[in-house]
Amino acid sequence: MVRFIAVRLARALLTIAVVVTFAFVVLRVSGDPARALLSPETPAEAVEAFRKAWGLDAPLWVQYARYLFAVVHGDLGQSMRDGRSAIAVVAERIPVTLMLTAPALILNLLIGIPAGIYAALKRDSIADRLVMMVAVVGFTVPSFVLGLVFVLAFAVELPWFPSGGAGGWQHLVLPVITLGLGGAAVLARFSRSAMLEVLGQPYIRAASAKGVPWPRVVTGHALPNAAIAVLTIVGFMVGNLIAGTVLVESVFSWPGIGSLLVVSVVSRDLAVIQCIMLVVAAAMITTNVTIDLLYGMLDPRLRDLRSGRR
Amino acid sequence: MEALLQIAGLRVAFDGVPTLRGIDLTLRRGESLGMVGESGCGKSVTWLAALGLLTQRAKITGSVRLAGEELLHAPASRLDKVRGRQIAMIFQDPASALNPVRTVGDQISEALRLHRSMDRRTALAEARRLLDQVGIPDAVRRLGAYPHELSGGQNQRVMIAMALAGQPDILIADEPTTALDVTIQAQILELLRQIQRETGMALVLISHDLGVVSDICERVMVLYGGRIVEELPADRLFEHSAHPYTTGLIAALPSLDAPRQRLFAIPGVVPNAADFPPGCPFAPRCDRRIGRCSEWAIELASVDGDIRHRAACLHVTSEPPAGEVAAA
Repeated sequence: MVRFIAVRLARALLTIAVVVTFAFVVLRVSGDPARALLSPETPAEAVEAFRKAWGLDAPLWVQYARYLFAVVHGDLGQSMRDGRSAIAVVAERIPVTLMLTAPALILNLLIGIPAGIYAALKRDSIADRLVMMVAVVGFTVPSFVLGLVFVLAFAVELPWFPSGGAGGWQHLVLPVITLGLGGAAVLARFSRSAMLEVLGQPYIRAASAKGVPWPRVVTGHALPNAAIAVLTIVGFMVGNLIAGTVLVESVFSWPGIGSLLVVSVVSRDLAVIQCIMLVVAAAMITTNVTIDLLYGMLDPRLRDLRSGRR
Repeated sequence: MEALLQIAGLRVAFDGVPTLRGIDLTLRRGESLGMVGESGCGKSVTWLAALGLLTQRAKITGSVRLAGEELLHAPASRLDKVRGRQIAMIFQDPASALNPVRTVGDQISEALRLHRSMDRRTALAEARRLLDQVGIPDAVRRLGAYPHELSGGQNQRVMIAMALAGQPDILIADEPTTALDVTIQAQILELLRQIQRETGMALVLISHDLGVVSDICERVMVLYGGRIVEELPADRLFEHSAHPYTTGLIAALPSLDAPRQRLFAIPGVVPNAADFPPGCPFAPRCDRRIGRCSEWAIELASVDGDIRHRAACLHVTSEPPAGEVAAA
């Protein structure tokens, strides 16, 4: 087990190193921050001075070495736009984004999993078809379209909720639902097929043959097995959720990481973009490690594989 | 002896396609019955239908009476008391018939808690005794094992222990050795025989292996196309079988002492369930077919005046001399 965690940790560090390098190279190669940040009429000397001040005049590998050295020492650079450290700029946005993503994830799980299981248990019934129809719609409509429809319907036509910005709980309703529904649809479809797969297994019939009442066959025999497959999807969904916040925060002008990323990319605020990428990478890695650990708890076959082979 | 279970006119159809086409069967307390036939002949479906274990899609008619009580279309709450408690079942592939994420001890004690209202601790102690009974060494440690940590033979022993947990009157063993190595097969069959002797329960052994069935069972039923085509005491199976399908199955067995020769195979294939002729289901493949065979349903009739031996074949009812039939 210790070995297992050590291997995962090493792999996580490697992933972060790759992300850091990739972000660095792509951002330097794809355009000049001086041009983006300064107006076109800025005199050449001023542009030169800007480049010198931010270290952009050095060769790429020197910049990379300086950057790595700073990162290892916990310094992710300064925001070109507002002068504070990138970490501070990003850190104040994290809880704001979590206010959206955490309830959206809960909404995903609370709607998606029960709907999928219900559809599987009532296979081919009207209820099943209805759930799957709604899921296909939720799954195909992109979140920004859904968000705009919600704004039109529940903020403009029916002025029940604000159309954007942060404030009281009313501000949360539309963006959380927008972010949550797409994931819930995906999860419903996967939970249904995972459950159907398990319900077709011989051990389900064997449990019934043993005299286990059907509700207990479902909760005691089917669900623990279906959970293994559903967990895989939940991992992917956390990734989708992070991608989704970028769009949804822009639609609802929610002042979180997503809108910060958009603004920073437009103004080529390199340090901030890199810091966000690092945070996202760390979040994804944490999610995956958590899911791996949960796998071991759910599936005894994996547990043995790990302690036996590694 | 009294009839413990009586199946009459049992028919099953999936989406309008008949799979069972009228099964009549009586099982007495403590007897052992073998059911033989190729895949899809209805030997497993008979019992899955009797226990209400088929999907909703299956249309089931007829009657299944356990000690006089009708089981077909009985409420689920009633069937839960019958399954495992009065009629237990073990399956072909023990590795997939055990839940992979629950320990063996947990799965056995689940049956004990359900049927013998034991608390957790008593149930685990009894589960340990059952594992001993089915010949699993180091039972205490095995209680905490998961199915993937045991071999196929051990898993089948666990299944048998689980079936014994409810102290059933009838054990249905649905091809219990098909997925196992030959050496393990013999051990499991011996275990079944021994347990039947110890507990006095009735045993139904479903198999496509004539040798296994005649070895373990007193009575043998041969099924073809969802019907019983012959029913006879096991000791008559090899010498006196009357139905051309049964004799064909026996002729298809390889022989150890005979000179090497090409194996006999019954010509043709089993027709699709939807295309069976109205008369004898075997008629299209039978070399003794006459015109009337395919015209109307042929009832089981006694062979050689022996009421324990019946076959559904026109040749049996019209021309009795046994020597000629057996030689055919």
